[in-house]
Amino acid sequence: MLVEYFTIGIFIAIAIAFACFAVLASHFLGQRKPSAIKQAPYECGMTTVGSSFRRVPIKYYIIAMLFLIFDIEVVFLYPWAVVFKEYRVFAFVSMAVFLGILILAYIYIWKKGALEWE
Amino acid sequence: METIGTILQWLIFLGMAFTSILASVLLITRKNPIHSALFLILNFLCVAVIYLLLYSQFIAIIQVLVYAGAIVMLIVFVIMLLDLEEELRSRLKLFYSKVIGSVLAVLFLFGLIYGLVATSPTGKTGSYTAEKMSANVKAVGEALFNQYLFPFEVVSILLVVAIIGAVILSKRKLS
Amino acid sequence: MQVLYLLIEMIVKCVVVFACLMICVAYLTWLERKVLGHIQIRYGPNRCGPYGLLQPFSDAIKAFFKEDLIPGRADKPVFVLAPMISIISAISLFAVIPFGNQFTIPGTDWVVKLRIADVDIGLLYVFALASIGEFGIILGGWASGNKYGLTGSLRAAAQMISYEVALGLSILGIIILSQTLRLTEIVHQQAGGFWNWNVWYQPMAFILYLICGLAEINRTPFDMPEAESELACGFNIEYSSMKFALFFMAEYAHMVTMGALAVTLFWGGWQPPFPFLSFIPGVVWFSAKLFVFLFFFIWQRGTFPRLRYDQIMKFGWKVMVPLALANLLITGLVVSLKG
Repeated sequence: MLVEYFTIGIFIAIAIAFACFAVLASHFLGQRKPSAIKQAPYECGMTTVGSSFRRVPIKYYIIAMLFLIFDIEVVFLYPWAVVFKEYRVFAFVSMAVFLGILILAYIYIWKKGALEWE
Repeated sequence: METIGTILQWLIFLGMAFTSILASVLLITRKNPIHSALFLILNFLCVAVIYLLLYSQFIAIIQVLVYAGAIVMLIVFVIMLLDLEEELRSRLKLFYSKVIGSVLAVLFLFGLIYGLVATSPTGKTGSYTAEKMSANVKAVGEALFNQYLFPFEVVSILLVVAIIGAVILSKRKLS
Repeated sequence: MQVLYLLIEMIVKCVVVFACLMICVAYLTWLERKVLGHIQIRYGPNRCGPYGLLQPFSDAIKAFFKEDLIPGRADKPVFVLAPMISIISAISLFAVIPFGNQFTIPGTDWVVKLRIADVDIGLLYVFALASIGEFGIILGGWASGNKYGLTGSLRAAAQMISYEVALGLSILGIIILSQTLRLTEIVHQQAGGFWNWNVWYQPMAFILYLICGLAEINRTPFDMPEAESELACGFNIEYSSMKFALFFMAEYAHMVTMGALAVTLFWGGWQPPFPFLSFIPGVVWFSAKLFVFLFFFIWQRGTFPRLRYDQIMKFGWKVMVPLALANLLITGLVVSLKG
């Protein structure tokens, strides 16, 4: 089993080597004549106003939180789906309870307006 | 074949263990929280490889999917939610949290040492051997249905609490 | 000796797959420009070589020799690291895709299996590595120190994580039917002709997968992170030379893997559509099916307009997630009653 993962490791190592090669090669091959105006943020030719960083709206946080929770839910569902056919109705009922509770929460956030995007 | 495999496993283990320690030291010493988040990802990836060496493929990939993927993504969003420049300017008083943190760290260290030194009372190893773990997802699924069905159902309530908490915290000002 | 042979086989396999993937990515950019050109009644690239076939190489040379610009406000280490994260994860995704069955090297009894690795958690591996790749985009936009870049990367990240939920849910029906996450086994179960392919048993999952896949790889109609007309290029606005090319290649490599995964899960992988056609090697069938998907990805880009961002997010959470859940519950019900 570990042999398979070792092969994946070699493949990822090749990918890392390629990425490093590409960045380094363009670093050394390309000409470099930096100037203040060239290094300014590109805003379609307009003069940059204020800091480039702005605080993110809170709705992104809600999305990230929902994603985390649903991701954990999906992760629980994977081993369940693998053994589903061995347990049949029992598997379906136990999962219906699990999913049912979460669907209630899903309806709650829908009604609460957390999925709206204005 | 056997010896080469064992040596290789040891080398990979040592490399990953030291990288993860290094990453966690860098993680708590960086000034910029986004850099810390990057080292957190590196740390999680190293831990995932160590899980693989223990033949726990499912836990390893969950480590990447949930921890390195979802949780760090949430952390990155939260970091972007804050005004970092102002946070750095205000110079948070970290004294108490440093004291509490170091006490907890020392306790954790003792726990780790105990865990390493202590042997199991019966002297037996667990039932999940390397051969059984090659079909790891199936083993996890069966354990979920047989031994851990009730905790598994309760987890859904935990997730619901988390959802409701997140929505109430973020929607309070609007309504 | 055996160990040495095994090591050589691994390295050769990895290098060959990597080279094929890179060539595929290079010619996918050519194909996209050519097809889009013909859709819009233009020629597309036709100056470098016959039919513009050398265009990818001239692009690569150009990218290498362009000035490697790092903007003054950028966070330098993260700025350099972000495209690397993107391309590394996009390439590594392909490691678990089975692109053929196996063949014996003539004159020996050494069997070469045509996949880099066959692991028990194959499907989860793809999702896990894809979720690491999302950091490349969000960190790239953040590190640029540019308002457009930050907005683009945030939108991209929020869109990708939203559709990842629906993507994960839509696949579950297939897993219930095939009882494994091992991609080779999923392919083996679809043997014996096109009527055994999973797409007939899980048509809803197939459609959901395609839509979520498009959103995951940020293609039109979900190419919000780029949105030339309002964000000027989105997360990669400050990137130039090879770093930009890395993001670009990552997108296409991800596209190839998305197509390859669709072939593996729904269209029977390397299996021929009719049993009597099995004398043609599996790799050919796999490539042919993959080409259909890649052509579809390009074709729909030339057809659909871009959606508005709030529409995309609402669609993801209010349409895709409930549909995927419904598909899962119905599949579960039918399987548990019928067997």
